[in-house]
Amino acid sequence: MMCDFLFSLVCTGEIFELKAELNSDKKEKKKEAVKKVIASMTVGKDVSALFPDVVNCMQTDNLELKKLVYLYLMNYAKSQPDMAIMAVNTFVKDCEDPNPLIRALAVRTMGCIRVDKITEYLCEPLRKCLKDEDPYVRKTAAVCVAKLHDINAQLVEDQGFLDTLKDLISDSNPMVVANAVAALSEIAESHPNSNLLDLNPQTINKLLTALNECTEWGQIFILDCLANYTPRDDRESQSICERVTPRLSHANSAVVLSAVKVLMKFMEMLPKDLDYYGTLLKKLAPPLVTLLSAEPELQYVALRNINLIVQRRPEILKHEMKVFFVKYNDPIYVKLEKLDIMIRLASQANIAQVLAELKEYATEVDVDFVRKAVRAIGRCAIKVEQSAERCVSTLLDLIQTKVNYVVQEAIVVIKDIFRKYPNKYESVIATLCENLDSLDEPEARAAMIWIVGEYAERIDNADELLESFLEGFHDESTQVQLQLLTAIVKLFLKKPTETQELVQQVLSLATQDSDNPDLRDRGYIYWRLLSTDPVAAKEVVLAEKPLISEETDLIEPTLLEELICHIGTLASVYHKPPSAFVEGSRGVQHKRLPGSAGSGESVESPDTGSAAGVSEAPPAVIPSQGDLLGDLLNLDLTPPTTTGPPPPASSGMQMGAMDLLGGGLDSLMGTGFGAPPAAMPASFNVPVSGGLDDLFDLGGGVGMPMGVFNPPKTVWLPAMKAKGLEISGTFVRRAGVIQMEMTLTNKAMSVMTDFAIQFNRNSFGLAPAGPLQVLTPLSPNQSIEAALPLSTVGPVMKMEPLNNLQVAVKNNIDVFYFSCQYPISMLFAEDGKMERQVFLATWKDIPNDNESQFQIKDCHLNSDAASNKLQGSNIFTIAKRTVEGQDMLYQSMKLTNGIWVLAELRVQAGNPNYTVSTCATVSALDGLCLAYKFCMTNPEP
Amino acid sequence: MILQQQISVELNMRNSPSDPPCQSALFKGGHQNITFHQHVNPSQFIVWELLQDGPICRRLFSNSGNFWHTGTISCNIPELAAEMIHSLFLINHSGDIFLEKHWKSVISRSVCDYFFEAKEKAVDPENVSPVLQTPHHYLITIYRDKLFFLSVIQTEVPPLFVIEFLHRVADTIQDYFGECSESVIMDNVVTVYELLEEMLDNGFPLATESNVLKEMIRPPTILRSVVNTLTGGSNVGDTLPTGQLSNIPWRRAGVKYTNNEAYFDVIEEIDAILDKSGSTVFAEIQGVIEACVRLTGMPDLTLSFMNPRLLDDVSFHPCVRFKRWESERVLSFIPPDGNFTLMNYHVSSQNLVAIPVYVKQSITFFEMGPCGRLDITIGPKQTMGKTVEALMVTIHMPKAVLSANLTPTQGNYTYDLATKVLVWDIGKLNPQKLPNLRGSLSLQAGAPKPEDNPSLNIDLKIQQVAISGLKVSRLDMYGEKYKPFKGVKYLTKAGKFQVRT
Repeated sequence: MMCDFLFSLVCTGEIFELKAELNSDKKEKKKEAVKKVIASMTVGKDVSALFPDVVNCMQTDNLELKKLVYLYLMNYAKSQPDMAIMAVNTFVKDCEDPNPLIRALAVRTMGCIRVDKITEYLCEPLRKCLKDEDPYVRKTAAVCVAKLHDINAQLVEDQGFLDTLKDLISDSNPMVVANAVAALSEIAESHPNSNLLDLNPQTINKLLTALNECTEWGQIFILDCLANYTPRDDRESQSICERVTPRLSHANSAVVLSAVKVLMKFMEMLPKDLDYYGTLLKKLAPPLVTLLSAEPELQYVALRNINLIVQRRPEILKHEMKVFFVKYNDPIYVKLEKLDIMIRLASQANIAQVLAELKEYATEVDVDFVRKAVRAIGRCAIKVEQSAERCVSTLLDLIQTKVNYVVQEAIVVIKDIFRKYPNKYESVIATLCENLDSLDEPEARAAMIWIVGEYAERIDNADELLESFLEGFHDESTQVQLQLLTAIVKLFLKKPTETQELVQQVLSLATQDSDNPDLRDRGYIYWRLLSTDPVAAKEVVLAEKPLISEETDLIEPTLLEELICHIGTLASVYHKPPSAFVEGSRGVQHKRLPGSAGSGESVESPDTGSAAGVSEAPPAVIPSQGDLLGDLLNLDLTPPTTTGPPPPASSGMQMGAMDLLGGGLDSLMGTGFGAPPAAMPASFNVPVSGGLDDLFDLGGGVGMPMGVFNPPKTVWLPAMKAKGLEISGTFVRRAGVIQMEMTLTNKAMSVMTDFAIQFNRNSFGLAPAGPLQVLTPLSPNQSIEAALPLSTVGPVMKMEPLNNLQVAVKNNIDVFYFSCQYPISMLFAEDGKMERQVFLATWKDIPNDNESQFQIKDCHLNSDAASNKLQGSNIFTIAKRTVEGQDMLYQSMKLTNGIWVLAELRVQAGNPNYTVSTCATVSALDGLCLAYKFCMTNPEP
Repeated sequence: MILQQQISVELNMRNSPSDPPCQSALFKGGHQNITFHQHVNPSQFIVWELLQDGPICRRLFSNSGNFWHTGTISCNIPELAAEMIHSLFLINHSGDIFLEKHWKSVISRSVCDYFFEAKEKAVDPENVSPVLQTPHHYLITIYRDKLFFLSVIQTEVPPLFVIEFLHRVADTIQDYFGECSESVIMDNVVTVYELLEEMLDNGFPLATESNVLKEMIRPPTILRSVVNTLTGGSNVGDTLPTGQLSNIPWRRAGVKYTNNEAYFDVIEEIDAILDKSGSTVFAEIQGVIEACVRLTGMPDLTLSFMNPRLLDDVSFHPCVRFKRWESERVLSFIPPDGNFTLMNYHVSSQNLVAIPVYVKQSITFFEMGPCGRLDITIGPKQTMGKTVEALMVTIHMPKAVLSANLTPTQGNYTYDLATKVLVWDIGKLNPQKLPNLRGSLSLQAGAPKPEDNPSLNIDLKIQQVAISGLKVSRLDMYGEKYKPFKGVKYLTKAGKFQVRT
């Protein structure tokens, strides 16, 4: 046999012996042999040559032997796929075994064998196991779906396992629920657009119930999943917080940290004046402190997270300074983290304690730690002004120790203190100068030179000191060279008489003898400045310096918010957004903290809605026909076969319908951290294109019910571009539902059937809420009206112009693409009426940049009529004021994605031109102008 | 699908791994046909390299044998897989990998090289950072009992999750075999392997409760191995553990004892830092209640304290009903069978923590001559009227200290030249005759006066008292009829108890 031939090649005495034993008749001997094989495997020896022999032992009643063989199979099946097939029958049989332990074991092991041929056989047993009567089997099977999805995602979807998995969320057994959630989360991560974890109050409730009863690991999965939910309001948020809080007392630190994540996130939504808010803040501190008494590895992760938490909410731990005091035998990585947090917590109240500690640390053994401690003293001085003097004297004490690296660090930080508090501590310069010779690190030398240059007028021998550095100019690092150049020029400007020679020397060293372009450039600039206009030179070189910031190493706020949403993950350990290291195949979802309620702002505060989320969105270019075709063909765009009425546009139904189209729902629903606003561009100042004008270029359209302005149909897809199919259409909003009304005309010679429609991602997440209802075949020269209800929960991507929508329509002939634009006014929601106070507060809060102004010409309505008319289009008047013959209408509207737009409409009696100022909580929205215009000018209802 | 986010993968072609890429393009994951125009040297092979956003997901696949000038090839670009813990390596103190377990595909041991590099740099094994980033993976390590448990992960997982799990693995090994050491693991390598398989499935922890595990895989005992050899029985349980899915997964059904007993040990550790003058810089108490419960049936216990308000933060075994703690400050629970940790608690620095001993010390080094003096006296401070036992002082001396010539009035001392650690083992503290250690230290000739101050670590034990003052008032049992034997013990120990000089 071929196999035997290969085998003999790798055969050692040991393997040969094992082979004989494996084929022995005695059960005991077999088992011992398999044990030996496993033992060799665990230490990394290659025993794959024994594959057929081990697999032969699989048919056994002995559970231990079976387990051992399974262990072996999992390790080597991949390398011997043809052989592994031999095992399939046994697996399938075991999945039917009366013992649940064996059923579970079989389905578990099969999932671990990553061989395509085997997975095909896995489907049927898996389906049974997912519905098994025994919860142990069900929970194992749930995990198996995730494994299978990893090997062959398409197969899992085709077989409907995802739906079964979703059903398991409602299972009676909490362990099954936890595993189903874990499996779904894992699958959802690799399918960012799928609507797998559809979080709504009902499922949240189920999860919270399961949370109390499942194992610690299950609790982690559930909590992490909860963290992706965005509560509807502060009350829901509070009730979730209340139910999660007991997890803070769990013995497993991962559970605690996951609970902290959920609380930190949902707390954002609670009004600050709520009693519960304060209670919650108090409850967070003790568990965090307790994490610090765990094993050092746990402490490290906890500290990295606490570092984020104190930046976001310093009040939680402000009284707990002492727990961050460094212990002698803490591992170094814990020490450094503790030090960092100590500085963040330092305040006037505790500065004395902190300083005493830092001074203590500065005499420790570990060099890195000592350096950081010395720097920390400097940072305290800068942060807490009252302590500056004490810090300086502590630093001077440390300089007296003459320990080389301590002195150097001290000088570097003293430089910063001088900058922060000019003309206050210069008396210590003399002491510093004494240590000039011992400085050998570039940073310290540069700092010292800066000090000498800056205070040249107070140091008698400044020229001598600087000259001494000049001797080895070329051996210095660039940092030192640049400082030296600047310092000598400063000196010259202060004491021009004595130092002419010195400045000549340094300028020529910098410009003629140096290869470094930075140095040369700076040299030339000084030279020219000094030679042309010494007064200007003085103004430039000795200009007042900007203040340095109090906190250093602060994480930028948007990143911090994102990291807070990722507490407990690797991202939080590295303080980098997950996109920086989670591979691209997982959807990069930027998580955001939800906006706070009650502050008068909308769900999204203006500063969070921009930056990161948007920059991620790829430019909105219609992909070339070829790519799209390929993409669309992958998707099974089945024409609808049901004859029922179009589904109502409740969100639940929409999701179902979306799935039908295979597109899946947008990831943002799953995580939904107010992401739709995040997709709005920060500054979107591209003028609305002419296409829009064309669309709206009609003063009097068709009369409509309810006074909503609805533009008439225009041709979107001309017949010549679409093999005879012509589509014209428009958008209307009826009873809160956006509809796309289309006329499809067949101008070709043959019958058209099998219509289906898809949207590309767009700015407001518009997506079909149901299939395109074209039920009868479209004969030549026939037209048909189709109304397509739209939802606004689809995937979001910024488009240009903002209201651009790219559509793909398929029929039996081909797939066609067109783009059209919808009126923004369609997106104004019915609940867009803001409360008066909230309106006032929000109006004030919105930055000026977000404001835009435009005029509406030739409008002959009085203010009340205008107000009524606008109300029909969901632009609500909040207040009216009359000032000097002008009527001012204050209006609000809310876009479907939660962005509020506030407007001030000025109507002057007798003047047909209105002035509108709008401001949006995100940034100025283009198209608003047009929206207003057309809402105003549409005919009377 | 136009609606799906495009998963793009950068594919670089190189003639050998070290060459710069000669052609690269973006592709989606999944099955792809790739057209390329590339002159390939027939003697070399092409390396396909997948580059994605992060550095972790780089995979090489080689294509030897065939070569093309231009053409189209089909290939399956992997959509990268997710799992929690990919692999586990156990590494001993000297850096040998002695056990590996892969939950998915086999990852080469060479991945540990990044860890060895970090270990080299860190000098002390304790100082190796627990989370390391390598170009392809993350390594999360714990250091326990002189062994490194190194896990390889590829995707974003909660690191605490992994660390907790690794500690649980170590706990389980300790629990099964009495100790967690290389030799014990190697002696029971198959059992360990079976355990690991039982504990984690595709990255999801499966069974980590020792009760459940012990029913699935029986711990080795001498008797059992004899019986097994005679009867051909096995160490693997063949029925589903009863606790696994009930609402009390930690307890199995049908427990029977002839002697019913429940013991609770309240153990407190004082973590403290005292400064030179002996005043407290920081002190807190970490407490734990360890239980050993052997009771028949399904007993429902209630443990109440005299002074529960003392506790600042608590964390419980999952069996404790949190609601009752919140409302009544009692511990109500159906206990697991056998030994378990009922609760951990924390009495923080806000409360006054009693410090049981005081230390008078002076360690001085003279500017002149290579010597120094040491004088340490320890006396009782707040001991709640109990005797301080097992008193021990450990001092990490500066590097320059060559030897110590000291005289203890009680106990004995050792000075380890290699590690520069001075240990003074005192034993019982006699309040009438305070122990003292004094004498001279000799320094390396010519060495400068040491800059760093050594600091003293104190170890001690006080029996019969919980230093926080916590007291159990009563233990009640419901649900069963018999009278159990009950007992509570108290013990106070020094945790990280440090005196600065």
